[in-house]
Amino acid sequence: MWLVLAFILVPAITLLIKVLHFASTKRNIPKRSKTKDAVSILAVMGSGGHTREMISLVNALGGHYSPRYFVIAETDKMSEHKIQKMESSNSKIIYIPRSREVKQSYATSILSTIWAVLFSVPLVFRLRPDVILCNGPGTCIPICFAGLLLKVTGCHNTTIVYVESFCRVTSLSLSGKLLYYVIDEFFVQWPELKDKYPHAKYVGRII
Amino acid sequence: MEKKLFVTVGTTQFDTLIEAISSKEIMEVLSNLGFTHVTLQTGRGKVQPKDNAGDKNHPSLTCYGLKNSILEDVKAADLVICHAGAGSILDALGCNKKVLVVVNEELMGNHQTEVAEKLAKEHYLHFCGISSLSDSLKNLDFSNLVPFPPGEPEKFASHLDQVLGFS
Repeated sequence: MWLVLAFILVPAITLLIKVLHFASTKRNIPKRSKTKDAVSILAVMGSGGHTREMISLVNALGGHYSPRYFVIAETDKMSEHKIQKMESSNSKIIYIPRSREVKQSYATSILSTIWAVLFSVPLVFRLRPDVILCNGPGTCIPICFAGLLLKVTGCHNTTIVYVESFCRVTSLSLSGKLLYYVIDEFFVQWPELKDKYPHAKYVGRII
Repeated sequence: MEKKLFVTVGTTQFDTLIEAISSKEIMEVLSNLGFTHVTLQTGRGKVQPKDNAGDKNHPSLTCYGLKNSILEDVKAADLVICHAGAGSILDALGCNKKVLVVVNEELMGNHQTEVAEKLAKEHYLHFCGISSLSDSLKNLDFSNLVPFPPGEPEKFASHLDQVLGFS
């Protein structure tokens, strides 16, 4: 039993230390030109309010963010309808299993999260996006995990960006708390949160 | 003169709000405030009051559950009463409407109402619980609310450009 645990824990802890170390060191970002260079972006869509905020974010980005991949949870028909309106020749919708339904118990959440991770890792390794952009729904956790793996293994220099929802004034969401220490750019939309989380960036209201 | 109230609960269920608005007491308050039309969007709620044409003492009442876009109804309204959902609040403030957010008292202090509480503190809207709805309608001054400036996603975009080395 202990041996099995050790076999799981040791690599897991090593990976965690590596991730934390990786996140704390300054990355080398190449100089880019908006007219000559393009960066691929993978945006994780949520549901309802999350989708609305994400659409506002993506619409504000320049044409040099191309191609654009929109990842949406399989059960989310509303987002699908809204994103289809944004689809163009340089954008694509990708479906993934949902990692956590609202009100789902924690035990079954773990199982569906493992399933979502198994799906997300090959997807992210295949697309190798330059930017991963997410804003809160549970679906973004497995994708960000896959993105971290992509970076730590040295396969691709992906910049992972998280934007906390406008609804969060004084406390971070569960996704925000999980991602705060390990990703590259963390944005909040209220100054109160910036005071509480000094690594976060406050750039005003997005929506 | 026409004066319209639009009540929206988004895609949620908030039967106690719908019941309160369509009650005799609140309809009278609304009538005294000069409202001639009340439209209720009841979301997934079970309570759906019957439409009625109203009379000279009561506003007319129209009711529906869900539809693709509520923006037409928001735009037509003089006052919007909504639940604490960010979507409904942003729709109403985005159309420069006077807004009263009504919350389930059970949820107060919960993060689901914090954005509404914060926006009320900054005088973008008013905020009350179901039990104080009648008093709030009678006493609140909607003329002192300040306009809600639009969001600035382009600030985020230029910041991300910098991070990625775009000049």
